[in-house]
Amino acid sequence: MREALTSNYAAAYAVKAADVDVIAVYPITPQTTIVEKLSEFVSSGELDAELIHTESEHSALSAVLGAAAAGARVFTATSSQGLALAYEVLHIASAMRMPIVMATPARALSAPINIHNDYSDVMNMRDTGWVIYIASSAQEVYDTVIQGYRVAEGVNLPVAVAYDGFLMSHTLEPVELNDEGEVAKFLPRAARPHVLDPRRPVTFGPLVSPDWYYEFKYQQVTAMNEAREWVVKTDVEYGQWFGRSYGLVEGYLLEDADYVVVTYGGAAYGNARAAADLARERGVAAGVLRIRLYRPFPTGEVVKALSGVKTFAVLDRAIMFGSPAEGPLYKDVVLAMYLHGVDKPSLNVIHGIGQRAMYVRDIYKVFQALREGPGRGVMYMGVRP
Amino acid sequence: MRFKTLRDLPREELFAPGHRMCAGCGAAIAMRWVTKVLGPNAIVANATGCVEVTTTPYPETAWMHPYIHVAFENAAAVASGIEAAVKALRRKGRWTAGDTKVVVIAGDGGTYDIGLQSLSGMLERRHDVLYILYDNEAYMNTGIQRSGSTPKFAWTTTTPVGAAARGKVQWKKDIMGIVMAHRVPYAATASISHVLDLANKVKTAAEVRGPTFLHIFAPCVPGWRYPENKTVEVARLAVETGYFPLYEWDHGKLRLNPPSNNHLDKSKRRPLREFLNVQGRFNHLTEEEVAELERELDSYWQYLSKLASISS
Amino acid sequence: MTLPGASQLPIGAVVTEPGSTRRNTTAGWRAYKPVIHDDRCVRCQLCWLYCPEGTIVELRGVFQIGGRKYDVKYEVVYDYCKGCGICANECPTRAIEMVPEVV
Repeated sequence: MREALTSNYAAAYAVKAADVDVIAVYPITPQTTIVEKLSEFVSSGELDAELIHTESEHSALSAVLGAAAAGARVFTATSSQGLALAYEVLHIASAMRMPIVMATPARALSAPINIHNDYSDVMNMRDTGWVIYIASSAQEVYDTVIQGYRVAEGVNLPVAVAYDGFLMSHTLEPVELNDEGEVAKFLPRAARPHVLDPRRPVTFGPLVSPDWYYEFKYQQVTAMNEAREWVVKTDVEYGQWFGRSYGLVEGYLLEDADYVVVTYGGAAYGNARAAADLARERGVAAGVLRIRLYRPFPTGEVVKALSGVKTFAVLDRAIMFGSPAEGPLYKDVVLAMYLHGVDKPSLNVIHGIGQRAMYVRDIYKVFQALREGPGRGVMYMGVRP
Repeated sequence: MRFKTLRDLPREELFAPGHRMCAGCGAAIAMRWVTKVLGPNAIVANATGCVEVTTTPYPETAWMHPYIHVAFENAAAVASGIEAAVKALRRKGRWTAGDTKVVVIAGDGGTYDIGLQSLSGMLERRHDVLYILYDNEAYMNTGIQRSGSTPKFAWTTTTPVGAAARGKVQWKKDIMGIVMAHRVPYAATASISHVLDLANKVKTAAEVRGPTFLHIFAPCVPGWRYPENKTVEVARLAVETGYFPLYEWDHGKLRLNPPSNNHLDKSKRRPLREFLNVQGRFNHLTEEEVAELERELDSYWQYLSKLASISS
Repeated sequence: MTLPGASQLPIGAVVTEPGSTRRNTTAGWRAYKPVIHDDRCVRCQLCWLYCPEGTIVELRGVFQIGGRKYDVKYEVVYDYCKGCGICANECPTRAIEMVPEVV
């Protein structure tokens, strides 16, 4: 069945298809329409779930953590300040190995307050031990939320599905919806290693001394490696079931590209592809690499995709103030290359901050810059210095 | 069925010894009785605090119930999620453990201060959760810092007694008033010195559907600076001097319980000084300061009296 | 002692054995130990009621104490008694004596 949906509604439809048991949410722009749609589904009886209208995002994540510990399939969603408020619980949810799925339409962080898109919020959670996808279309949001449950429940880690706030969260696209009976078969209720069950009482969240603590952090390190395999496997199987799969990274005109822009999300990827088309028309071997799985980072795939190019630019929509180069994705890409002994000149382009309009011509200029000379450094595009 | 005598109280222990709570800990007595009365079919969500750190030293746990600790300020939110999960899973035929009660255990820091928002949310949303506050009147886990529950003039490490300030400057927050303002079906105070009363209140609060609240007075040996064999005595003095009245807020009616039901008449209360004098945290009090505490206590009793008569 | 490695531990630091603090005896915390003089005990249950550790146990049976007959008797499990002395302080007949621990 095909529907015209925003990415937020696509997330809500995926939650319904996954037959989620407990949802806890708090309104925040641009996430709110997910809550609204889910409230409609619960009110109409289309989704048999307990919907908890918490008094904050900290409590929303805490509530779904508790529900997951009790064995329920859970969902929450937030953006920006809400994600920042829940920051404490992000670490706890992953360390307690709770299979939570969270949608995160990305939004700029205060101050000054700005309700529009960038990825400052999502990038702040990159080291919290969550599996983080960044989707680039409403269809992919729908498919990834469903895949997310299989990954979360398979490896016992929380999964965030991020995408552009407003640019995607409030933009209608055609979305192919799966048969919900088939989704139920794709997502069988797996037996959890431990749940809050009065017949087999266990203690979650003990006080752990220096003699033991490191081992649990190391468990998270190995879990992230397992998560990468789960993501790959799940994506392949999802493709077999439903006819759509995405991989960990997605390439556009990469095969013979000399100059590549690395990016993520919807708007940037779309504009980068259009810019690559433009550059190709003008005889520049341009290509685009999109990062779909941000954590665990697809190191091998990125290195493979970029090893043959002359030079590349990483387009970041968040700023790490005071860092050697301020783009978080740039740091990951360059480090991945370095670890594999690949040293190439590359640029870090910061753009789209607070949803500063990022045009195709801007990205075309990035291709031009790459072609004109192998540079190294950070380019702040679109800002009035 | 109420427990009429001590003989009726449950014998089985559901809170293991070997935990690291201090010798003579008031909260330990509270935990022992709360767990015994709840029986095994309950899930405990614990806020960070004394009880949490002393009962779960990995790889051990004192808990014999399913137990979860997430953080300091969110025990009520975690419990809300567990309760919702039990409800949803039961409806979908996947909760097979029967009539499981969800219980929060939190200290005064986790309730009066940092956890107040999540508590309010849980009460307002009418989750079927019993919230148990063990009140030792300061942040004891971090080493005796003042909280919203610390009484006026009490010494703590962050309200030291000096020339400019003599212990805590502000009054203790009325947490029961805040809880009652949420129109909960049942809320009660209890003291570890009056175990039969406490046990009956745990039982009632667990049986009533909807959000219920129990405020348990739990003296702290190192924080209040009294000898460790005096814990029950201090708690009893708190009740008998009227400092900590025992009452129930039962479906909109305030009911004072023995012996506090006689304390509307001030002459039936022991002098407040008897409660203050056994504790080092009040050592520095002058006659005027004691008189000020007495006046405040009198006005609190007048408030309770009005509440009891209005609601009766 | 070699502690288990990360792959050998339950994930997420879950403690799977309920009541396992029992492995940790706290007898060593004590400076004084309570000794119950059964001949003075009137079976009021207060020591059992107030013990923070639950270390005073109630034994059922027939107990002949002088001219009196009881169906219960109270004993201290010394493995966990921390010696706080609440039992002795609360005992209405002074049947519990706090005796210095001999090292």
